Amino acid sequence: MDKFTKLTSAAIPLPIENIDTDQIIPARFLKATSRDGFGENLFRDWRFHKDGSANTDFVLNNPTYKGSILVAGDNFGCGSSREHAAWAIHDYGIKVVVSSFFADIFKGNALNNGVLPVQVTPEFLQSLLQTIEKNPETQIEVDLKAQKITEINSGNSASFEINSYKKTCLMNGYDDIDFLISNKSEIEAFEAARVLI
Amino acid sequence: MKKTLFDKVWDAHVVKEIENGPQILYIDKHLIHEVTSPQAFSELEQREIPVFRPNQIVATADHNTPTVDQHLPVKDELSRNQLAQLSKNCEKNNITLYGLGHKYNGIVHVMAPELGITQPGMTMVCGDSHTSTHGAFGTIAFGIGTSQVAQVFASQCLLLQKPKSLRVNVNGTLKAGVLPKDVILYVISKLGTNAGTGYFCEYAGNVFEEMSMEGRMTVCNMSIEMGARGGMIAPDQTTFDYIQGKEFAPKGEEFDKKVAYWKTLPTDQGAVFDKEYHFDAADIEPMVTYGTNPGMGIKISETIPVQDSASFEKSLNYMNFEKGQSLLDQKVNYVFIGSCTNSRIEDFRVAASYIKGKQKADNVTAWFVPGSQQVAQQIVDEGLNEIFEDAGFKLRQPGCSACLAMNDDKIPEGEYCVSTSNRNFEGRQGQGARTILASPLVAAATAIEGKIIDITKQLN
Repeated sequence: MDKFTKLTSAAIPLPIENIDTDQIIPARFLKATSRDGFGENLFRDWRFHKDGSANTDFVLNNPTYKGSILVAGDNFGCGSSREHAAWAIHDYGIKVVVSSFFADIFKGNALNNGVLPVQVTPEFLQSLLQTIEKNPETQIEVDLKAQKITEINSGNSASFEINSYKKTCLMNGYDDIDFLISNKSEIEAFEAARVLI
Repeated sequence: MKKTLFDKVWDAHVVKEIENGPQILYIDKHLIHEVTSPQAFSELEQREIPVFRPNQIVATADHNTPTVDQHLPVKDELSRNQLAQLSKNCEKNNITLYGLGHKYNGIVHVMAPELGITQPGMTMVCGDSHTSTHGAFGTIAFGIGTSQVAQVFASQCLLLQKPKSLRVNVNGTLKAGVLPKDVILYVISKLGTNAGTGYFCEYAGNVFEEMSMEGRMTVCNMSIEMGARGGMIAPDQTTFDYIQGKEFAPKGEEFDKKVAYWKTLPTDQGAVFDKEYHFDAADIEPMVTYGTNPGMGIKISETIPVQDSASFEKSLNYMNFEKGQSLLDQKVNYVFIGSCTNSRIEDFRVAASYIKGKQKADNVTAWFVPGSQQVAQQIVDEGLNEIFEDAGFKLRQPGCSACLAMNDDKIPEGEYCVSTSNRNFEGRQGQGARTILASPLVAAATAIEGKIIDITKQLN
């Protein structure tokens, strides 16, 4: 897994609420057996018309907005557990998703793929969206160690929560498998001690 | 300390607590399917990690399988590859697979309960968010991502923070024509799509106590649609009777011992939940959704609410509905009865009871997709298939089908589909398709009338 410590980038605004994982990556693209290449179909049906031509009204097709931070509306990533959504976001080059609320499974999937979900207040989200829309060049700094997101120009900032274990994993590029395997003797002891089930 | 059903099951599965961190939770059963497992298998292979407990894993093929001509090779190359990959991975790792054509094949959340794999007090996971279905048995069951699938392969455990607790109480008498699907669509319409995020939900009250296991599964299935990772219902005599005699259920003395344990699981009197809601059963009517998330539901007799927000308008625009509009008399050309929410025998009994002696509307294309081979067989055995055929319907073969349209069962662009599935997201049933979620009774009535009708008027 990629390490994540600090990132400074412009951001892409997507102020739509309840963006579900079917929008992030539609089911018909889940037939691959590897983790690669999902980025080209990220937000497929919003990004492209049915004939395959680009929908120029969609923000990812607007050259004004660039960067590796996506700023999205409330309840981002709801719906299906497909990790393909996190893979698509990661593969497209997004390292941070900012929203006022994240769905549970998506949040876990993102963290397991080196994508940082940054949850801020609805007020901070609104101000961030307005700033980006006014000035698409606005640089945003996301500092995982300090758990802080800052608009560089204005200095406007907010702190965000992250589980301390997951923070360590992300900062060092660790994943859960090695940790779990290192506990195998305890897992076996647990199995041996069980009476029921 | 008074414990909830959830606490009792969770606490019995904690292997270890990490200081200031998550807990290592032991997983009893791991269900897998073709779409979310291949990358987990290849990750283990790359890292040369063996599958730790293959006999606690059960696999089925369901998400992208065709629902016609299952005896022929799967036409779509990518689907065929993915299915072949699943067979190969299961064979290599000694995992039981109920593949296409097997008598136990079916949608993962239909197949496991009907085989007695799902039992109270267990922890169960699957790379599918509707794993919450199994909570109907008093099981902690939840959906996981593929990285977590790999973790369970490697260690039969997951690293998790214990979620908060939520209880939804529904008491009173349900009106005629109100089905378990209506109850859960009503609850989600009141609480919204993220009220349950970070929580595990218990459903309590006489409405759930009086429900069949099929009904309880429908309710728990949609817990994720209000954001809750899982939903649970306390095991009781209905649960025990359902499990007894099932293929993989404990037998004889072993069964009695298990039942004695299962009886200790219900939430203690006086246990406190982090959040609690109460609803009156009499307020619930048959429900339909009008928007692009499952929380956007109304009683069938109501009109679409008037709300001003860009997201709300985007949603109505996609559905081609107006604020304040009624859905009654809305012409509908597609009907889907199926999915892990409503494809069990009881759902087809409800549909057949309405359809009997009537004829399918000419404008309607209807897909009736049983959840498993066993359900399909039962439909035939109970004579329901004759009722469907006499009315102009044809039963298809089991699978997830038009719920997520990974196979050929896609609703065309711009068309409305009254669907018994669980998600009305944009494009969920096909690019540009417009989904209206409803119960099997409302779906059956729509298939006969060719439009949405107020079913309660016929029943009263």
